[in-house]
Amino acid sequence: MRALIIRQLLAIAVTVILGGLLCAIFVRVAPGFDVDIQQLDSRLSAQTLEALRAKRQSSRNIFAFYGQYIRNAVHGDFGKSLVSDHSVRGLIAERLPATVRVAGGGLALAWLAAFSLAMWVMVLRSRAADIFAMSAASLFLALPAAVIGLACVVADAPPLLAIAAIVSARLFPYIRGVLTRTGNMPHVLAARARGTGELRILFLHVLPVAAQPLLAIIGISVAIALGADLPVEALCGIPGIGQLAWQAALGRDLPVIVTLTVLVTIITVTLNSACDVAAEAVRGQHA
Amino acid sequence: MTSLQKFAALILTGIALATVLSVAMLRTNYATQFRNIPNAEPSRQHWLGADDLGRDRFARLAYGTAVSLSLAPIAAFISVILAACIGGVAGYLGGTWERIITAAVELVLCMPWLFLLIAVRAMLPLNISPLLSVIVTFSLLGSLGWAASARVVCASVSSLRNSEFILRARASGTPNWRLLLVHLLPNLKPVLGAQFLISVPVFILTEANLGILGLGVSEPLPSWGSLLTELESMHGFGSAPWKLVPLVLLVLVVISFQLIISSDEVSA
Repeated sequence: MRALIIRQLLAIAVTVILGGLLCAIFVRVAPGFDVDIQQLDSRLSAQTLEALRAKRQSSRNIFAFYGQYIRNAVHGDFGKSLVSDHSVRGLIAERLPATVRVAGGGLALAWLAAFSLAMWVMVLRSRAADIFAMSAASLFLALPAAVIGLACVVADAPPLLAIAAIVSARLFPYIRGVLTRTGNMPHVLAARARGTGELRILFLHVLPVAAQPLLAIIGISVAIALGADLPVEALCGIPGIGQLAWQAALGRDLPVIVTLTVLVTIITVTLNSACDVAAEAVRGQHA
Repeated sequence: MTSLQKFAALILTGIALATVLSVAMLRTNYATQFRNIPNAEPSRQHWLGADDLGRDRFARLAYGTAVSLSLAPIAAFISVILAACIGGVAGYLGGTWERIITAAVELVLCMPWLFLLIAVRAMLPLNISPLLSVIVTFSLLGSLGWAASARVVCASVSSLRNSEFILRARASGTPNWRLLLVHLLPNLKPVLGAQFLISVPVFILTEANLGILGLGVSEPLPSWGSLLTELESMHGFGSAPWKLVPLVLLVLVVISFQLIISSDEVSA
């Protein structure tokens, strides 16, 4: 177990460093990187335009930019926003609570909805209920996340409902599949043949076995929620990190974009690794 | 093919044909402005009314559908080709190469790709032409969306590498290129086809998200993403239902693709 944890920590460190570099490279090689939207402002003087160009030049060499970025990041300094001149760390700290509320609340609601629906379908063992639930999930899967966010704005509903709808549509088919597969295992069929009630079968025979594959997708569900959070926050006017990323992208703000991408990568990779370790622990208990 | 899959294919064919016919028969351009009728309701001249700049919504829908329906498959094709090359090489070489390439694929999969996509899309030149913006947007989708497919292709090639017919071909001195092109590639067709069908709706939805966020295809060229920005001005679901037509069309297409991708193809 200790070796697994050390391996996972190493994987997190390498993924985060290379992921950040990859993001910075992608952004740097984009053909319009050198162009600042402010440079199109005809009211600016030649000196101001020159100062803007000089500011961009500082991040021209991507390896120098990223090396400096990593050195500063180790000391907790993620640089300054090119647009607002505020510290990136401060901007993220200011906006993280809103994202935790919206994305975290939406994620919890999504798990509750998807799990309840999957259990309902399993206990009911009705084809009509299954078709109804799968059709609803397919419909939400076919809608762009931004449209679901806009629907929340139009209906004046809380934005976390949009995240819940987007994430649960992806979670439900997986949870249903795991529960159905486990429900057809020989020990469950034997319990059913002995006349054990469906609820007892679910809680005593299905869920303990299904726990391991379900644990594995917790990390993935967080990644889905953070991905969905970006359009939802941008369109619902939530001052979280999703909206910050959108504004940074529109303002060509490299330090903010790289830091946010690294932050989301850290969250995703750490949770995936934690889920792997937890799944391994569950497997160890069963063995 | 089940009857449901046939029905889905029929819907897709119908939408594609209707789009081609509409574009061919339209007398109005997607950018033509009727300045005296901004935000007009549907009429005999303008079947879906006019947008806030007085442009015919039906013409924009026809051209937007043509753009999204023709370029999403091209982006999917690019991503499948990349996945086949990267995943194929990893699976075929095996050993250390497979571990290195798989680690690189895992790295790309860990990245929040919508964050990355909006970052790269936003860094494009400000004076980019609409046509170039549409090409760049879908090329970006194709070149960033290959990782999940590459993992599937790598696993398939890995299992094929040690199959009897490949071992036999190798033992009889068949060169590597012939092994890849004549023996491996034909057996990968179902996997690549499934990955292509999975990628098309993903790219359609991503372009729609980018368009609504203002980072998709540049005006005045329409795409489903840019057409959906009109939903932002809706004050209720029933206030102007004709504005929902692009969304209905998009959902129909995505659901049709979902139905065509049968579970056995996905697992292939």
